[in-house]
Amino acid sequence: MFLKKVALASALSITAGAAFAACEISGNVSIVGNEFPAIHTVANGAAACTGGEVKANLTADHQKINLAGMQGNPAEYTSAIIANSSIVALMNEDVIRPLDDLVAAYGQDIPKNQLITIDGKIMAVAFMANAQTLAYRKDVLEEIGVEVPTTYEEVLEAAEKIRAAGISQYPVGGAYAAGWNLAEEFVNMYIGHGGEFYVPGSAEVAINNEQGVAALNMMKALTEYMNPDFLTHDSNATGAEMEAGNVMMMNMWGSRMGNLMDDEGAEEQVYSNITVGGPLTVGGGTTPASTLWWDGWTVAKNISDEDAVATFLAMKNGTSPAILNEETMSQAVWMIEGYTPAPVNDGVFAAIAAGTTSYPMLPYQGLLHTALGDNLSDFLLGKESAEQALADVEAAYTTAAKEKGFLQ
Amino acid sequence: MLFIFFPIISVVVQSFHVEHEQVIRSVETCDLFGCKQSTTIDQEATAALRAESPLGQFAGLTTYLDRNHLAVDEVGATWNRTDSWRDFGSQMLNLPFYKAMGFTLTYTFVVTPLVIILGFVIAVAVNSATRVLRGPLIFFSLLPMMITPLVGALILFWMVDARGIIGTTLQYLAGDPNLSVKASTPLMWIMLMVYGVWHSAPFAFIVYYAGLQTVSQDTLEAARVDGASRWLQIRHVIIPHLLPLTTFIALMQLMDNFRVFEPIVSFAANAHATSLSWAIFNDLGGETRQLSSAAATSVLTIIGVAILLSPVLVRTWRDFDRK
Repeated sequence: MFLKKVALASALSITAGAAFAACEISGNVSIVGNEFPAIHTVANGAAACTGGEVKANLTADHQKINLAGMQGNPAEYTSAIIANSSIVALMNEDVIRPLDDLVAAYGQDIPKNQLITIDGKIMAVAFMANAQTLAYRKDVLEEIGVEVPTTYEEVLEAAEKIRAAGISQYPVGGAYAAGWNLAEEFVNMYIGHGGEFYVPGSAEVAINNEQGVAALNMMKALTEYMNPDFLTHDSNATGAEMEAGNVMMMNMWGSRMGNLMDDEGAEEQVYSNITVGGPLTVGGGTTPASTLWWDGWTVAKNISDEDAVATFLAMKNGTSPAILNEETMSQAVWMIEGYTPAPVNDGVFAAIAAGTTSYPMLPYQGLLHTALGDNLSDFLLGKESAEQALADVEAAYTTAAKEKGFLQ
Repeated sequence: MLFIFFPIISVVVQSFHVEHEQVIRSVETCDLFGCKQSTTIDQEATAALRAESPLGQFAGLTTYLDRNHLAVDEVGATWNRTDSWRDFGSQMLNLPFYKAMGFTLTYTFVVTPLVIILGFVIAVAVNSATRVLRGPLIFFSLLPMMITPLVGALILFWMVDARGIIGTTLQYLAGDPNLSVKASTPLMWIMLMVYGVWHSAPFAFIVYYAGLQTVSQDTLEAARVDGASRWLQIRHVIIPHLLPLTTFIALMQLMDNFRVFEPIVSFAANAHATSLSWAIFNDLGGETRQLSSAAATSVLTIIGVAILLSPVLVRTWRDFDRK
């Protein structure tokens, strides 16, 4: 079914591209990016251009190859499709070019808000957005008679009622798998508490504070209502728990809501009642405990200007309103004109409206994310205090940052 | 020789270097959701530093000695601060390198002997089965080794899930409906070791089975005539005959088990157990790759393997010398 959808989407977008055959390029294009339907749509849209060769290497391991593939001269890949967390890895090594002159010459029609600028230079063009928000079971919340939670404190109260009513022993879900997922949940929760990750303007970490401890304590409180295996549950596994009817509330990626709400993998009672809510706040704060993400495309630095122009035009075509049709419309929260959101996307829009901050686009954030993923599970397992866990994170990050030259 | 030594030398060289000082600048960053102050690397300033010495700054042993590896300062401080061995041990396990070593060594020294014993038992059992049965028996005994480690571990991972077949059985046996293998550190360790034995025993089995075919029938016959029981035959004829093979298996298994990696990844066990190989994978898998750190851990792994193997190697060398 999934493959069929992809095939259909590709077929449709190729015909769509052919219909808008205004895209003429004179140069070669080679795209590297992640592998999911929305990215396929973009790559196919780019491939609709005529006059030059357009290749795409879409793989879940794109982050392991994009840097190496762009460091050569000429670079193997002329464009990398990246997110706000992964663009810094390319910028740190200086392998992508500023797009200002290309936008001035060929991209006047790209909406200004899609242009990602760093230090006044356009470094990427975003085309889709993502964020984690609440997903909940409408029927279960009605049954216990509570309103849809808007804060994590309300989630805890509702969870207690669901458990007391004997509906589910572990009603809360979350992508708490040790590693990247767990670190992401901490980042969300810490931002929700109003925390700042670094001493302003420097790479010096500063998370072992009141907000950090509060964030960890809230995570621990939530895990009391989670399946005891939570440290092995990534977003796939916790989504499956919800589809199995065990989890009633969870913080989930907008891009995965479609899977939860479709009629595959769950009973009618479950999937028809899964509803998307807004992002949650915590600790009386107003900033949602969530982060906004975007996916966008870049142009490599080490390629001829001719190929750069071709890449720019092809990628622009791949993310133009022409790629939107019935099939591709629901694949993502497109940041493209002419996009009409479906109910599955309510969460991401609510997150944008609520003033959710975007995931920090900092050169050393990746190191902190790794350190968080490695050191927080001891606290959640009850082996050490929150302060000790945060001190471990800081020490691990500081050591890694010294090795990478961010700190002296 | 070049093929072997060139990569090792490059890893060693890498481990002695760290990256250049990165010149960081405060800038304004704008995306779909608005603008804010952030920082970026000043490429022009950093490029000059890079051009000067492309390998990075020479750091000597600092990467080895820092907290994410041997953690010399932290160990010293812990030693002075704590007054009991128990306390010292638990503090040490908080440091990533010693945490990884703790699991790696336990795994190596539990799994290796069990693999040897189990492999031997299976080999003797299969060898004494009737000829017709031997073929299928060998095939089934070898299955765990034929399955790709990642897939084999995943199958077991699903089976031990709280709702999987083994998980539910364990809950029933323990009389505790909340028991979960994946949530408890000791159970997870046991699971990983059970998997290790399950996966590697066929290797020991097939080597021993081959060895059993070369046991001199005359000696066995003589033992039988002397009235040796089945156990005595194994004890005095077969085991001495298979001893050199045991050295070989021990050598291979010590090496393999010291580099335990796949089960940790497929069991998603990194909250409970880490190994040196996993640490290398983790360093390279983040958004920002930590090459120097991974290189240092690799060199430490090589040294670890060398230390582990030295008693066996010395023994083999002595045997060889005697001849």
